[in-house]
Amino acid sequence: MEPVTAAPDLSVSLGPLALANPVLTASGTFGYAAEFAQLVPLSRLGGVVVKGISLAPRSGNPPPRIVETPCGMLNAIGLENVGVERFISDKMPFLRTCGCRVLVNILGDSVEDYATLAAKLTGVAGIHGLEVNISCPNVKKGGVAFGTVPEMAAAVTRAVKAATDLPVIVKLSPNVTDIVAMAHAVATAGADALSLINTLIGMAIDARTRRPKLGNVIGGLSGPAIKPIALRMVWQVAAAVDIPVIGIGGIGTAEDAIEFLLAGATAVQVGTANFYNPAAAGEIVAGIEDYLRQQGESSVRAIIGSLRLEA
Amino acid sequence: MPEYQENSIVQKIDRLAETLYRLTLRAPLIAAAARPGQFVMATCGPTLDPLLRRPFSIHRCSGPETIQLLIRVIGRGTELLARCRPGESVSLIGPLGRGFRLPAPTTPVCLVGGGIGIAPLLFWADRLDAPERCAVLLGSRTGEELTELTAAFSQLGCRVETATDDGSLGHHGLVIDLLIPHLTTVSKVYACGPHPMLAAVAAACRSARVPCEVSLEAHMACGLGACLGCTVPGADGRYLHVCKNGPVMAAEEVAWNR
Repeated sequence: MEPVTAAPDLSVSLGPLALANPVLTASGTFGYAAEFAQLVPLSRLGGVVVKGISLAPRSGNPPPRIVETPCGMLNAIGLENVGVERFISDKMPFLRTCGCRVLVNILGDSVEDYATLAAKLTGVAGIHGLEVNISCPNVKKGGVAFGTVPEMAAAVTRAVKAATDLPVIVKLSPNVTDIVAMAHAVATAGADALSLINTLIGMAIDARTRRPKLGNVIGGLSGPAIKPIALRMVWQVAAAVDIPVIGIGGIGTAEDAIEFLLAGATAVQVGTANFYNPAAAGEIVAGIEDYLRQQGESSVRAIIGSLRLEA
Repeated sequence: MPEYQENSIVQKIDRLAETLYRLTLRAPLIAAAARPGQFVMATCGPTLDPLLRRPFSIHRCSGPETIQLLIRVIGRGTELLARCRPGESVSLIGPLGRGFRLPAPTTPVCLVGGGIGIAPLLFWADRLDAPERCAVLLGSRTGEELTELTAAFSQLGCRVETATDDGSLGHHGLVIDLLIPHLTTVSKVYACGPHPMLAAVAAACRSARVPCEVSLEAHMACGLGACLGCTVPGADGRYLHVCKNGPVMAAEEVAWNR
């Protein structure tokens, strides 16, 4: 292969949503972006997915809310957020200036909540897409999680699509028997793209005190520890659906991100790495560009799904 | 206020007691911007395990380009940090959070520190206009831990009193016992230490009607206000986040009984 001298083309499309590069920051790990403004050149990112927003503000779970585990961490934040009204009035003014795509993660307790949120955010200047968090329990249906029952995930997807003309990404939970079935249900219901994986449910115990280490007892595992699982699920889902997939799970370096692209992801989200290395997302953009040069590729799109399976 | 991700270089590491170390780091950007009571997030090593940075109060800006951290070895992360050698690099993010409220009062004040909570108080004492009008009350398990720290405060002209759990230095008992007699004469108290100590200091100040600022500690993943992990219950029923609302807060902002 000839070395490529022109800058490789990093742009990708998530259905109707065009990104300057495939690197986004994951919801819940990047606040409302202003928290990182002094440390990260935000305009270099493909986009930010802001902390999950609900209709009413939520105060979250009692502490302790986080605990470190080998190569990872558990969190049980409890969806603390400022609520959609304050999000629009207090957080959007900064987000409009950050120079990259802004995706808003939404969460609700009922199908109607999701539709109302989508409608409220549609038409707000500076919002480029919605990411639907279906990992919360459906209060009306007795706490069954939307993210684990294909019919309910599809119902939420349809309701959001009907309420907005923004691109709609549905974020899948890995805590299911068959993530491909979930992906099919959501894709058929009209999602423009999928993002996966959300955290894996885990637990940590202090043997000395015989107490759980999290105030909520159980929480979501994230970080490098979950990368192999995420990579496997992205590979399976990307092979099974026709819509773009965004890979999430333990991505901290360009090499991690590239592995997800090879497995079939069109874009990636950097999550827990923002905590231990705020520079990670920017470094990943630069690292993907270097990799494309080294591989003689003129576009990042050429490597998406290019995993070699033959011997 | 400016924040930086800066690769600091270890200048010096002093072992002050069995599990207590003082790390001197060259970090020009952070040193120039730091205010007393602020903290940094430090990486423990080059690998992904342990994964997260650890929060440390800035102990002192020991030169125009250097900061010092006081490190108690309590687990693998702090053990790795305590093992680093001069010339090695430690990635820092800082200075973070709200420090002690400026301007510092010139009227008599009291600084109360327990264990590793003594760390931010030296930086604050450095900036006080009249250190000789400042009483510094230090508590610890053993006298060994207090030897160097007591000397540092004394050199500034502060009046230092000590309390130890084992009675090996100063008062045999709790640092709160030392505070009570001062409450009739001081106009403000600044405290940092274990939660029960802070709760006792806050209660004593409240009944004596003396304003009190406390520096709190919590597990945190980012230190930037993004992870929302470092929650403490606030007096108004809402949660406070140590990294952004603090680490220094007015004692009355905190719900001490929860």
